[in-house]
Amino acid sequence: MPEVSGRVGVVFVSHSSKIAAGLVELAAQMAPSAALVAAGGTDDDRIGTSFDRVMSAIDEADSGAGVVVLCDLGSAILTAETALDFLDDELRSRVRIVDAPLVEGGVAAAVAAESGEDLESVVRAALSSASGGAPGVVNGAGEPQATLPGPADAGPGTSAGPVRTVTLVNDDGLHARPAAVLVKLASSFDQKVTVNGTDARSLLAIMSLGLTKGASLRIASDDPAAGDAVAAIADLVESGFGEV
Amino acid sequence: MGLDITWAVDWVRRSAEVVAEHRVELIRLDRDIGDGDHGENLDRGFEAVIPKLDDLAAGSTPGDVLKMVAMTLISTVGGAAGPLYGTAYLKAAAAAGSDASLDGPAVARVLEAARDGIVARGKAEVGDKTMIDAWSPAVEAAAAAAEAGADATAVLAAAASAAASGAEATEPLVARKGRASYLGERSVGHRDPGAQSSALLLQAAADAASESTGA
Repeated sequence: MPEVSGRVGVVFVSHSSKIAAGLVELAAQMAPSAALVAAGGTDDDRIGTSFDRVMSAIDEADSGAGVVVLCDLGSAILTAETALDFLDDELRSRVRIVDAPLVEGGVAAAVAAESGEDLESVVRAALSSASGGAPGVVNGAGEPQATLPGPADAGPGTSAGPVRTVTLVNDDGLHARPAAVLVKLASSFDQKVTVNGTDARSLLAIMSLGLTKGASLRIASDDPAAGDAVAAIADLVESGFGEV
Repeated sequence: MGLDITWAVDWVRRSAEVVAEHRVELIRLDRDIGDGDHGENLDRGFEAVIPKLDDLAAGSTPGDVLKMVAMTLISTVGGAAGPLYGTAYLKAAAAAGSDASLDGPAVARVLEAARDGIVARGKAEVGDKTMIDAWSPAVEAAAAAAEAGADATAVLAAAASAAASGAEATEPLVARKGRASYLGERSVGHRDPGAQSSALLLQAAADAASESTGA
């Protein structure tokens, strides 16, 4: 795995070497140049976790920008935490073990890393993949992340705040990179904004809308103070995210 | 009177023996409420520890032995027992320091440090049906014995006895930590394998102590 300078790395710790390798394969599809490293199974490839594999994976994933570590079951977290204890202070200060869903969180983290986001943003991306207001999940403003709204919220005229409807012009639709840019922009505002009823701060939710070229995006907020946020996101979409 | 390097090495050898001897029992306990690998993982860990006893430098202390065990278990066990026991032995080693011999109060402090290490790593509390349910009564019994002026051997005997009772007392509990917690109420009626192995290891420590001091 080539080291990618200046980007956050992502390490997948699983009891199964196949799961860890599969996650790297899956995430690499959307984040081909991010440093994604598998640490699955024991040293002799049985089911379990390996302290040595976790240590060397963190080392391999780090290019100076930090490493996000995602784990599957309890003892994988114990192994990762133990590994952290043995890192030197400098490296440890930029490693984060994130309690997020391994698949969704891993893909979200990888895409954020691919987009050049900093360590804390990659952590947030991983955490924001947990829908349903799971405990410990916070958004960029430090407030509990709202449950992802269902389709019922998407209907026109249901919100009292600003609304703008724009058309997606990107040939490849709202794929990983523009989705990450949109989520990053949405996360920079205090007010919650939705795209077709989906929380604009959740990368996975935005990507799972599956928006293709020509799709209509309804950028809206219930918050009357979200005028700037809605305008900025709508402008971004109309601009083609700098791709067209 | 105190326990020295001879005791520490003997404890490790006895630990390996007792884990090998109870391997199947630990696997069975873990299969009932976990993933079934506890006996095998721990056996592999202690098997890897034994050859390293020969590499100990002259003048090594009990603390050095504990540290070697910690590092070996961390890198060979592969299940939750690796980081948990590894952290326990590591904290125990730190508490033992560079003392050539451990007296009663020192042994009590070493056990307490080990227990605190497991708690810090696994975040389990008494009653969660984990190894802490063997360790906490052991630490309390050791502290009480040391307080009453018992020597190191008697402190370990008190700890081992309390750990055995503690392990047995995990049977009616509902697991709240680890893989067994997925089973909820169905974990009732089974002894926690980590508590059982903890009791075995502490008994090995006590046996090694009574052997070395001829008590």
